[in-house]
Amino acid sequence: MSPLRWKATVILVTVLVCLVGLVCFRKMPDAKTRFYLPRSLDDLRTNVSERINLGLDLRGGMHLILQVQVDEAINSETDQVVERLRTLLREQAIGFQSIRKADPTHVQVAGIPNDQLDAARRFLQESYGGSTVAPAYTIGSLAGEESGLVLEMTPTLQAQLRQEALRNAIETIRQRVDALGVSEPAIAEHGRGEWEILVQLPGVDDPARVKSILQSTALLEIKLVEDGPYGSESEALVKTGGILPPDSMLLQELPHAHEDRAAGPQWYIVSRTSIVTGRDLRSARAEANPESPGTYQVSFSLSRDGAARFGPFTERNVGRPLGVVLDNRIQSVAVIQSRIEDAGRITGTFTLQEAADLALVLRSGSLPASIRYLEERTVGPSLGADSIRAGLTASGVGLLAVSLFMLFYYRLSGVNALLALLLNLLLLLAALAYVGATLTLPGIAGVALTIGMAVDANVLVFERIREELRLGKTVVAGVETGFDRAFVTIFDTNLTTIIAAIFLFMFGTGPIKGFAVTLTFGLLANIFAAVYVSRAIFEFVLSRQARPTTLSI
Amino acid sequence: MIELFRNPNYNFLRWKWHFIIASWVLILVGAVSLWMKGGPRYGIDFRGGTLVYLKFAAAPELDHIRAGLNQEGLGSSTIQRYGRAQNNEVIIGSEQVGHEEEALDAGRQAILAALRTTFQVPADKLDLNNIGTDSLTDALLRFDPIGLAGQPSEAASRYRQIAEQITDFRDTERGGLLRSFAELRSVEGVPPAVVNTLEQRGSLSPFVVRNVEVVGPRVGRQLRQQALLATGLALAGMLVYIGVRFRQWVYGTAAVVATFHDVLITLGLLSLFNYEFNLNVVAGLLTLVGFSVNDTIVTFDRIRENVRLRRRERFMDLVNRSINQTLSRTVLTSGLTFLTVLGLFFLGGEVLHGFAFTLVVGIVVGTYSSIFIASPIVVGWLEPVRVGSPAGARAEQVLAGGRRPGSAGRKEP
Repeated sequence: MSPLRWKATVILVTVLVCLVGLVCFRKMPDAKTRFYLPRSLDDLRTNVSERINLGLDLRGGMHLILQVQVDEAINSETDQVVERLRTLLREQAIGFQSIRKADPTHVQVAGIPNDQLDAARRFLQESYGGSTVAPAYTIGSLAGEESGLVLEMTPTLQAQLRQEALRNAIETIRQRVDALGVSEPAIAEHGRGEWEILVQLPGVDDPARVKSILQSTALLEIKLVEDGPYGSESEALVKTGGILPPDSMLLQELPHAHEDRAAGPQWYIVSRTSIVTGRDLRSARAEANPESPGTYQVSFSLSRDGAARFGPFTERNVGRPLGVVLDNRIQSVAVIQSRIEDAGRITGTFTLQEAADLALVLRSGSLPASIRYLEERTVGPSLGADSIRAGLTASGVGLLAVSLFMLFYYRLSGVNALLALLLNLLLLLAALAYVGATLTLPGIAGVALTIGMAVDANVLVFERIREELRLGKTVVAGVETGFDRAFVTIFDTNLTTIIAAIFLFMFGTGPIKGFAVTLTFGLLANIFAAVYVSRAIFEFVLSRQARPTTLSI
Repeated sequence: MIELFRNPNYNFLRWKWHFIIASWVLILVGAVSLWMKGGPRYGIDFRGGTLVYLKFAAAPELDHIRAGLNQEGLGSSTIQRYGRAQNNEVIIGSEQVGHEEEALDAGRQAILAALRTTFQVPADKLDLNNIGTDSLTDALLRFDPIGLAGQPSEAASRYRQIAEQITDFRDTERGGLLRSFAELRSVEGVPPAVVNTLEQRGSLSPFVVRNVEVVGPRVGRQLRQQALLATGLALAGMLVYIGVRFRQWVYGTAAVVATFHDVLITLGLLSLFNYEFNLNVVAGLLTLVGFSVNDTIVTFDRIRENVRLRRRERFMDLVNRSINQTLSRTVLTSGLTFLTVLGLFFLGGEVLHGFAFTLVVGIVVGTYSSIFIASPIVVGWLEPVRVGSPAGARAEQVLAGGRRPGSAGRKEP
């Protein structure tokens, strides 16, 4: 095979691979992408638009950055340690006056009799010391006059708890997003060690709803109501003599729990321990409320484990009120009529959507810690469509103007430049399709710079060929030297920019990344199209003439 | 053959001091402007805050909007038109309300509340121009205009379908904004009973929220640092590559100094003309960096090539000749790019204005810095070295033949 034939083969195979990659695949109903030859113009359009992933700014949707309040997970772990220690120390018959959380990472056990101090220390070391490889708590003496011990959570355990909270939050959010039915969501850890999560939801058109679903901690608890209702917090405290009974807490009712009640939200004193929590749920769903037509409720069923606790408890407490508590607000209060096995409901004046959303978050489990929104970008679907149209028009007009100029200035060689430019764009789009990269608005800016550098490459080559011809070289020699000399420059300029683009990709944020990706692919394609292919075309044309003396350039 | 220049022979380096002084003046002016204004005017990307993009049914009266915002205590908000005039689009920006991250949503809520009051959007009715498919489905289920209460699952799917028809028609056919309920009557698959109910229970506000950007101050700081880091590393990467390719650090250094010079001047002018510094402008600066380095390398490559040919010529003349040889390419490429960017500047609308301005300035500065900043640095560094030190030994024989000041631009030995 002659060198020219060899080149032609390489070029044809590349073009074919790109075309196939760009137009001959389609996502099938089973969500897999398979080979699918377009049979009509519509088919072609669908295939291409499916192969190029558009970013949120072009197709509409939501971009959120959330921060998980991981310290809450540490706080609640310490709360649990306080509760557990109380039982454990009693079981061990170790005397103490008080156990309290001094701060989020310290638990103080005060008033241990002096003769039991060593035993207590040994016991705490055994149960809370962890292993030497992964220490959980360090046990120290209580400072001051009191004899007692302090448990201090080690940084290792703190880091572990934070990491777990973040992982769980991502998992929970993923389940909620899946339940919402958003196609192709992106949910991932974001940034470096700031406990942030990036959520991208294409096509979402109800941002307020999605945000509240993602944000709701959805901590469901069912507690015994000990007293109430009271009109205000202070009224409740007056009734109990200023101090709440031990192991109980004061909770407020959600305002919409009873809209007809003129007095506004009420306060209840409830037991601190929960009978069952959201973890004991097997399922939850929205259904019409038979008692008040037009409103909805959420019915749930308990797991076997939860039912085993709930059944006997309700049997013992028939006639007493039970409260359904969601995120520390009382959702509804009802008197136990008879033993309840494994089913319950949350009533209130929900609309269908509110009930469905509540069921959704209950099913997906509670968040280990609350989340905050740090950044939100919502692009409406109509704006995305406008951006695509504007972007296409602008690129089209720019391309046309540049093409006309090249044809005017370089005559037939301009056709060659045009071919190289189109091939460059084809390669770029095919690369995006194969890699599954996303095209964004800054990405289009990257395409624009690519077009600029592609034109520059052609100008460099053509000017150089002209220069060589002016020096009196033959056409064939002029073309050869022109390409050889210009190649060095094109290679240097393109590679320098690619190096910069790679750094931008590695260290830049979202929009800068999109710019870097299209630029890198575009410049790689440029080296191939403007040098290799363009030269092959010149050589092919010249090889057809016996002794070329002129060149249209 | 159409040619811009035929054997150009300009002594560019003779004018270097004029341009270097002009550059210093520009940099100083920019620095003074930055100093007086307390740094760049950061956009919400880098500062934190809220941007609400709106589209209005009729040409919006900015004074009316401003008055409405003032009444709600949002007097410091910025209001600007963007896009093409017939699209009636407006951006309202507000500073971060409070410093707490919890208040992230407050800015948007406040702006929208003020707009609803200003344009008298009834609060108790559905705003059909600002409702999502899910909420519309829910509302239709509640109103039940075609009497499907008996069959809940049938109702859910039927109303969802109708809601999708309506929002789809609004977003794709009407550009996001319905102007009258009558428009809905022509939509396929929407029963007249539904339109009647919506007409009673709903309203059509004269604006639609097209896009919302809310950035917390901490994220803003992060974005700022990351953009700076990425750009700095990209510059360093280029320096190393050029240094390795040209085997002499002065080339890489000169290219980076020239690029840095372009960025400095552009930053200063952005401040002088009161442009906002946002992610779009950063994208513009990155493009400018790419363009400027590209331009410098083209010149340097020619210098390197001419050095290899070992002509008996003063280094300064060699550089001058190289610039002249690449002149038509420089003018063609820069000119084409400049025209495109100028079009973007005048026609691209408010949002892209900062981006386009960055490139308009950047291309002019980037082109002249290759000739008048980067090349003089290389000459100033290498010319004395070439005569005396061992590093320039290779070039010394070239110089040994004596000085031929008139040789610049000659093509044949």
